[in-house]
Amino acid sequence: MTAKFQDLLDRVTRVRDVSGAFIVSAEDGLVVADSFMEGVRGNAVAALAASLFTRFRDASGASGAGVPKFLHLQADHGALVAMPGADDVIVVAVADAGVNVGLLRLEMQRVVEAGT
Amino acid sequence: MMEVRAIDPWAREPLEKFLKESGARLCLLTNPSGQVIAQYGFSRAVDVMAAAALGAGIISSSKEMAGMLAEEEAFDALNHQGKKHGIFLAEFASPQGRLVVLIVYGRESSPGLVQLFFEEFVADIGESCPPREPRPPVIASDFEKDLNENLRTLFGGGV
Repeated sequence: MTAKFQDLLDRVTRVRDVSGAFIVSAEDGLVVADSFMEGVRGNAVAALAASLFTRFRDASGASGAGVPKFLHLQADHGALVAMPGADDVIVVAVADAGVNVGLLRLEMQRVVEAGT
Repeated sequence: MMEVRAIDPWAREPLEKFLKESGARLCLLTNPSGQVIAQYGFSRAVDVMAAAALGAGIISSSKEMAGMLAEEEAFDALNHQGKKHGIFLAEFASPQGRLVVLIVYGRESSPGLVQLFFEEFVADIGESCPPREPRPPVIASDFEKDLNENLRTLFGGGV
């Protein structure tokens, strides 16, 4: 099972400008599977992205908008994207600012459809 | 608003930073025998004493379990998660010797966040705390006075 997710995450990190991809337990903020380059603080990204996503999900629910399908944060020097999967996990990717978000989203969708 | 209460001042700043970042609700820093160094969030002395003793007991039990499993080192940390609260308990090395931290967190935090900021807390304690100096032997007549002073520091005189 882990090997399957590893292959899928590797496909995500092969998208140009992507430096890391993670499957994270949303409530715990702990890494289920990951694939990232040296220099990325995997545990920190996972914990903080999970915290951010759950808060955003709460806010989105409270506003009546429902569960967010895709979260994209664009910063000066990079981007963080997250997508909910099954069983309360989220797929998270970190990338440089110039990443092709459409392509990245497609690869993350594949991870979600594979049964996360 | 609650504030960090510390018997040893070097513990205050790292603990305040940890609490701000992790969103933990309660925190207790002790030595492995359960002697309290700093606390946050407890309002009654009896709760602190019970938590410190239980934490030290759990760490001690974990060490024995690690020994039975022939682990070369004791388990670093353990985490219990309930529906409303989680408990994170860990022992770590510092210039003052081994220290134990007991953290209670709610749904506004997570094990991942607590672990992440705990690593930074250990590094901060390593920088802020001075090396351990040999302590003079405890004299019976001073014991009660020291105890009362420490309790006043930890609970602001309202023990």
